[in-house]
Amino acid sequence: MPRLLQYSRSLEPSRCIRLESTSERGAYASGYEAWAKLNNPMTTTVGPWVSDTAPQSDPSSPSKLSPELLLQMYREMLTIRAFEEACYDQFRSDPSMRYAGIHAYIGQEATAVGTCSALRKGDKITSTHRGHGHLIAMGAEPKLMMAEIQGKSTGYNKGKGGSLHIASFDLGILGANGVVGAGIPIATGVAFAMKHKHLNQVCVSFFGDSAANEGVFNEGLNLASIWKLPVVFVCENNQYAVHTPVTESTSVADISVRAAGYSMPGVTVDGNDALKVYEAAYSAVERARGGAGPTLIECKTYRIMPHQGDMPDYRPPEEKEAWKAKDPIKRFEEFLTKSGLLKQETKTAIAKQVTDTIQGAVSYARESNWPDPKQAYQDVYA
Amino acid sequence: MSAREITFGRAVAEAIQEEMARDKNVIVIGEDCWRALEEDQLHPKYARKPHPRVFNTPISEAGFTGAAVGAAMMGLRPVLYFLMGMFMLSGFDQVVNQIPKLGYLSGGQAKLPIVIYTSNAVGNRYAAQHAWSMHPMFANIPGFKIALPSTPYDAKGLMKTAIRDDSPVLFLSHFLLEGTKGAVPEREFTIDFGKADIKRPGKDVTVVAISSMVDKAMRAARRLERQGIDAEVLDPRTVVPLDKEAIFRSVEKTGHLVIVDDAHRTCSFASEISATVAEEKFDCLKAPVKRVAIADVPVPFSPVLEDEIVPTERKIIDAVKSVLNR
Repeated sequence: MPRLLQYSRSLEPSRCIRLESTSERGAYASGYEAWAKLNNPMTTTVGPWVSDTAPQSDPSSPSKLSPELLLQMYREMLTIRAFEEACYDQFRSDPSMRYAGIHAYIGQEATAVGTCSALRKGDKITSTHRGHGHLIAMGAEPKLMMAEIQGKSTGYNKGKGGSLHIASFDLGILGANGVVGAGIPIATGVAFAMKHKHLNQVCVSFFGDSAANEGVFNEGLNLASIWKLPVVFVCENNQYAVHTPVTESTSVADISVRAAGYSMPGVTVDGNDALKVYEAAYSAVERARGGAGPTLIECKTYRIMPHQGDMPDYRPPEEKEAWKAKDPIKRFEEFLTKSGLLKQETKTAIAKQVTDTIQGAVSYARESNWPDPKQAYQDVYA
Repeated sequence: MSAREITFGRAVAEAIQEEMARDKNVIVIGEDCWRALEEDQLHPKYARKPHPRVFNTPISEAGFTGAAVGAAMMGLRPVLYFLMGMFMLSGFDQVVNQIPKLGYLSGGQAKLPIVIYTSNAVGNRYAAQHAWSMHPMFANIPGFKIALPSTPYDAKGLMKTAIRDDSPVLFLSHFLLEGTKGAVPEREFTIDFGKADIKRPGKDVTVVAISSMVDKAMRAARRLERQGIDAEVLDPRTVVPLDKEAIFRSVEKTGHLVIVDDAHRTCSFASEISATVAEEKFDCLKAPVKRVAIADVPVPFSPVLEDEIVPTERKIIDAVKSVLNR
């Protein structure tokens, strides 16, 4: 019988971990076992994460979410999927997209949408090289993203960043980043400023399983913990560091257990279940907003496409097929249909909306002007 | 009335404290960063109450540098303190691949008013891992402005300008300079970036000297004077932006150029100045340019060995005489 992850859904701050006495600190020092005993509401049942059986959505959970939000989440997931597919279409057909460096988010949509749906206006994120999903989930406009990916003057970054660096500070998107793990300490600093300025905001740092093996993971999480910062670390474990499987690169089965080393709650969730991700993100975000400090959330998921573009893919085909069967969009759609929220006409309308948006984005980018070459000399200094 | 004299380190500390008082967004962050303010009472051991805007960190260079980047994105103005410049290497992705590039890559959305305050340290018997002049390498990274003051007065004025600048600034002190004293008026003043200072006017030869090399060049110039050679000592004060015009004016006058840089010779900043003058003012030169720089070997510990490879008064005098054919 697979042991599925469990985490308590109680959110009362009073039950969250507090580190006030030295004896408690001592207990932390003795490791994860002691940590788990501290009656932490976010405690996971750790162990081999078995995903053969998809966790059932808790039927009580959606009742807390408005139909508008749920349909919005569905629309965003579809938009991400369609955006990435459009990137691939163009990458393969349009010479001006040859250099675009597409790291597609296909298969991970539930993680971005589940997490960002738990944020409020004013909250911020740092993103990664596989960032298109995070940006759309934060409300970025596909047409301005597509223009940036093509290096056009109308793109979010005026064509200076490309796919790996899209930012929209107005929307709280503090940038995708081309370096694995680089966003972790940056998000920590953003949260530091939020706390210093009493802004009542939260910063989410998205990063992959490989980033959890970088030094900045240790440095960022330690700083966030000692300063009790309003930051949520969302590790998207998509099982591969380019070609290397996580089982060969990582010392633990669940990256969330590393949270114990930083005296913060750690939770592993099914990253292909938007509601589970939402739930974990919501409790971590509100915990952070309440001043109780950072949380590490690990979302187990899978990227369906190769690491980048049409790079060779050495992953076992049967593994890919197994994960395709756990498609986050299909699962969310089934849930919405069963709940009676997604009637056929709504589904058709949303599908058309998404198609129009993406087609519009593609033509907008295509028709946009290249930057004036002299723009290369602007923005070096503020 | 003679101006008061304070040390280089105190002058920088004053600048930071005055800017913190002027702008509540200025914070100090880094390892043992209370030292940047020269306020021992801020040491955690003595501090009854921590300073609300001085954030001492663990030795986590990538972590606290990244934190400064994030804080700057949110409108704070961090003075990012490293005990020694070489420790930046432990956080190098954040220092060189994030700070100077994010403003540009984001199309101007990210504004990062970060001042990295740290030291170059050749000549202090530290050996290669701690003894290295990093300004040429940083000058090769577009996005940083780089200040290398040589006197307490310049240090205070340049630090104030650095903190007020909206772009990332690398402010490199020098271990050999930190205890030196000089006149610093109590009145408010700043020094613009990209404005060289003629430390000693002269007509026979231009000696461009950087950071702690200014003092050596001045000593050399005084000895050369006794031998009938009138050297002009020019201190660029900031290498990015570089006051090329001041160097050109001086070379137009003297026709001879020696550049003293306590960096490794290959791709030193002396090399950059030499190339710039050769490209743009070749006609003014009456003799080839000479660089006085550190030999291309890791800096050794033994005083005898270190003195062998670093620029000295003697080497500057020899270089000047060589370009003047004397």
